[in-house]
Amino acid sequence: MSRQPITETDLNAWLDGELSSERNAAIEGYLAAHPDDAGRLEAYRRNDRCLSARFDAVLDEPIPERLTARPRRRRAGLLAYAAAMGWLVLGGFAGWHLHGLKEAEHRGDAPSWARRAAVAHVVYSPEVRHPVEVAADQEAHLVAWLSKRLGTPLKIPRLDRLGYSLVGGRLLPGDQGPVAQFMYQDGQGQRLTLYVRTNRDKNTETAFRFAQDGKVRQFYWIDRGLGYALSGEIGKEDLLRVATAVYQHLNP
Amino acid sequence: MTENNSEFSTRIDELIPRLRRYARALTGERNAADDLVQDTLERAWTKLHLWRGGSDLRAWLFTIMHNVHVNQVRSRGASPTLPLDDDMPDAPVRPTQSDMLEVRDIDTALRRLPGEQRAVLLLIALEHMSYQETAATLGIPIGTVMSRLARARERLRIMLESDAGAALKVVK
Repeated sequence: MSRQPITETDLNAWLDGELSSERNAAIEGYLAAHPDDAGRLEAYRRNDRCLSARFDAVLDEPIPERLTARPRRRRAGLLAYAAAMGWLVLGGFAGWHLHGLKEAEHRGDAPSWARRAAVAHVVYSPEVRHPVEVAADQEAHLVAWLSKRLGTPLKIPRLDRLGYSLVGGRLLPGDQGPVAQFMYQDGQGQRLTLYVRTNRDKNTETAFRFAQDGKVRQFYWIDRGLGYALSGEIGKEDLLRVATAVYQHLNP
Repeated sequence: MTENNSEFSTRIDELIPRLRRYARALTGERNAADDLVQDTLERAWTKLHLWRGGSDLRAWLFTIMHNVHVNQVRSRGASPTLPLDDDMPDAPVRPTQSDMLEVRDIDTALRRLPGEQRAVLLLIALEHMSYQETAATLGIPIGTVMSRLARARERLRIMLESDAGAALKVVK
């Protein structure tokens, strides 16, 4: 027997190998003198093994498809998951077909962040109930929040003159950290997304560049340390007009 | 983040079976368990930026699962188990006749444990987490882990022994 009283938690900790060697010795001495407690601990051990025996089989069960990287459109949350799985696990667009989005030849030289922006557009723009995390009616909060997360002051361009009003925005995981996505919508429900990331590459400024994946067209550029990608399923001319407006709004 | 992402995506596949095992034992039901895993993974992907690469991904995922599960149980209203507080003395568990018929196997016994005790027991018995890891995963003090574990094991033992027809054996 040890001078320290032996408690139930001591006995369990002994069973789980959580005690110091001196304390272990004390418990073992105690158990030798208390066969009832020793028997009880043996039962605990048996029951733990019984739990393993009962549930370890789950480890070998085939994983249901819904838990792996196959995008489905059943639930809003799943889209976010599918998007993440899509670009993280499958590495870009390979084998991933949502909305007919495919690796297109002329997409080849677009940077990976612009591709992510296109995926994010495809994933979130069809959302009916949860297109954004923070809606336009909380614009001040949206700007403050995303500016804080990206570590740089952001501005949300006004596109109302072009017929697009702000729906809101969300935070997304980018290739180098948090990125922001702002969503706009016109009177017909046509949606555009503006993807903004902090740019740690050498480039501080680029011209507008164009890319297309299936129906999704995109202009992307870098301006004062931030990368922008404007994506939408509208004509190239119209998209360029909006991209120009975005640029002008950010460079008054 | 790129390293984070690839590390995350390769390790997630290894951890899904373990998340499923824990979820199955926690919920006692296959579909509910996989729903829980799915909700957990969805949350994990959207919260990926909060995960620090190199830190314990397993603990992080199990923490998310724990939180999702607690919220689900709470939103369902009625707790599937007896809402026993840590401070309350254990209810007498000497089985009655109907209990003996009811407590048929480890599934039933597990379901009859208070949820918070079940979570602790499963993380330790199935996942072989240390007390420290269990405390961090569940967001509770290590002393609470130890007391819940002791209660869980003792309750389970009595339920299973009564099941085995040893109900009359008086311990202590």
